[in-house]
Amino acid sequence: MSLFGDALAWILDGGHWGGPTGIDTRLWQHLAVTFAAVALAAAVAIPLGVLIGHTGRGRLVVVATAGAVRAVPTLGLLTLLGLWLGIGLTAPLLALVVLAFPSLLAGAYAGVESADRGAVDAARSLGMSEWQLVLRVELPLGAAVVIGGLRAATLQVVATATLAAYLSDTGLGRYLFAGLKSRDYPQMLAGALLVAALALLLDVALAFVQRACRGPAPLAPSDAAPEAAPAKG
Amino acid sequence: MTWLEANRSYVLDMLLQHVQIAVPAVLISIVAAVALGRLAWRWRRVGAVVLGATSLLYSVPALPLLIVIPVVLSIPLRSDLNLIIALALYGTALLAGTALDAFRSVDPRVREAAEALGHSRAGIWWKVDLPLSFPVLLSGIRVITVSTVSLVTIGALVGIQSLGNLLTDGFQRGIHAEIVTGIVLTILVAVVLDVLLVLVGALVTPWRRRTPRARSRRRADDTAAVSA
Amino acid sequence: MGIEFRGVSKTYADGTVAVTDFSCTVPSHSTLALVGSSGSGKTTLMRMVNRMVDPSAGTVLIDERDVRELDKVALRRSIGYVPQAGGLLPHRRVVDNVATVPVLTGTSRRTARADALDLLARVGLDPALGRRFPSQLSGGQQQRVAVARALAADPHILLMDEPFGAVDPIVRRDLQDQLAELQAELGKTIVLVTHDIDEAFRLGDQVVILRTGGVVAQTGTPQQILAEPADDFVRDFVGADRAERRLTTTEVDGRRIVVDGDGRPVGVLA
Repeated sequence: MSLFGDALAWILDGGHWGGPTGIDTRLWQHLAVTFAAVALAAAVAIPLGVLIGHTGRGRLVVVATAGAVRAVPTLGLLTLLGLWLGIGLTAPLLALVVLAFPSLLAGAYAGVESADRGAVDAARSLGMSEWQLVLRVELPLGAAVVIGGLRAATLQVVATATLAAYLSDTGLGRYLFAGLKSRDYPQMLAGALLVAALALLLDVALAFVQRACRGPAPLAPSDAAPEAAPAKG
Repeated sequence: MTWLEANRSYVLDMLLQHVQIAVPAVLISIVAAVALGRLAWRWRRVGAVVLGATSLLYSVPALPLLIVIPVVLSIPLRSDLNLIIALALYGTALLAGTALDAFRSVDPRVREAAEALGHSRAGIWWKVDLPLSFPVLLSGIRVITVSTVSLVTIGALVGIQSLGNLLTDGFQRGIHAEIVTGIVLTILVAVVLDVLLVLVGALVTPWRRRTPRARSRRRADDTAAVSA
Repeated sequence: MGIEFRGVSKTYADGTVAVTDFSCTVPSHSTLALVGSSGSGKTTLMRMVNRMVDPSAGTVLIDERDVRELDKVALRRSIGYVPQAGGLLPHRRVVDNVATVPVLTGTSRRTARADALDLLARVGLDPALGRRFPSQLSGGQQQRVAVARALAADPHILLMDEPFGAVDPIVRRDLQDQLAELQAELGKTIVLVTHDIDEAFRLGDQVVILRTGGVVAQTGTPQQILAEPADDFVRDFVGADRAERRLTTTEVDGRRIVVDGDGRPVGVLA
């Protein structure tokens, strides 16, 4: 157990902060990669999911694809892309985008779909255009579910970004792999604790956002859908 | 294909190893999650705390968990046990909530009638609660089985052997075929186990066939499974 | 086998008073109908007999024995129970549903199933339906199965909790007639819970009308209650003033025709 003490000491050691391999730099890298991947994936997946949820078309395809992607081992995707695109950030970033996609897509379509059909119908008969329906009724009503998808995707990406260090000199995962290679358990454990803490923090923060989106309605639509079950990284 | 032919026994070894880690992890998850789900069903408040803790655990990434577990439990880093425990923790975290939903899905009128007929506590559990909650439970088991099988590969990064070795080894030596073999076989293991689960499910829940009502209910469960 | 409620009360943990100081004796081979609207404690009273509920005060006796001295599970197995709609085990075939209690008490599955098929015929069902699952039967058929299941262990006592409440009126009438026929033949001691006063009058030898909180408004035979409603509550509840209850006779072609308050003929006086 004293290993935890060593790991903590390693983290608190001023020598491990600052500079290109410092904890602060690695932390920012990790966050930057995560946000970049989620943002890129969201830019395509959320509009597509909204479209599917609004029209009700292509739902089965989404469900099947989401299931299939879950079966693909993350490490496989990462190494295969790494081999094709070479060492560097492109391969892991691409892999992360692919991984974030299904959760975001499922969250978007489930969120739009979860909007009370009665309310949507009423809004349509009030004379709202399809665009207005999506923006003013379906998305606000389904926001918690959409955020749920974002939360699942972010969680998955922040975890998998650790593996990105296997292919490039980026992120907190570096400490894990460096520690593994040199059998430096305190460094390895320090990296593990940092990643875990970051993931927990992000998850809790997004959980709050999700709760805030749920609004005052006591009978909020089920948000069970995209909250869980991404393949882990 | 030539790479596969030349390395058939190695691939087979890794495949076997993969299954030997995934299957116990899933089994432990099922038992633990059913127990936790039951606890949460029985005592609402305790349940909320336990389920909250497991979902928090779920947000800890896999690789760090593999490094933390050996320190906490004093077991070797490069051991199957380490990976099995990590996977079982995830599986449990993911399945416990579904197990709670499963028990809640049992019609209280049926449970009540069974009690009034003179089923003992254990009798209600084995003859009513378990079979009737099984369909929902199974949808969750299918989800964790697929994700567990895929996650086993991570072990290769710390030196726990599985199909994941084909991925890391292929990457280091630049052999595309090896990586592709690893990916395909991992998916294949997941698909085979999933098909087995579906078959077992159909076999042990004959009352869910034939009627239109049962069909629509089943469809609802399937949707839940995919999005859960 | 007689049942006696001796000064029983029930207050639930949340403070709801379901039953207040209720006493009543159900002689062997007779039917007691407990009637009241929801919240009148009628179901609570019935459930005290097989100890699904234990009274807060007072005792329930079966053949002079306090039910609390008896093992809950064994007691329940010895008492037939017909739940409201939806109480069949959806995952067991009809025949296995009927055989539930005999199998629980150790009868071989084969024997219990054979007996179950006979029972299905007795309650007016084609034994071929035994192979089906409950969801494949109509509501009326399901309740017949529930009656058969309650009779399977040949209990002396039968508890029926709004047994025909969820089936449509015509089928309900049919089920009631069949139950009356079975009872004439079997002579069980029955406690029947219902909110339907007509059902209570049709099936009960003795009827107890309950107010909210399980307070007795009136106890008596159907005839007594109709003839002398104890108060306005009972009068209102049984609809003694309703047009269709006020029957008069008129003579047509030498036969006496019974006519209700609206002048509609309802039968011929024998």
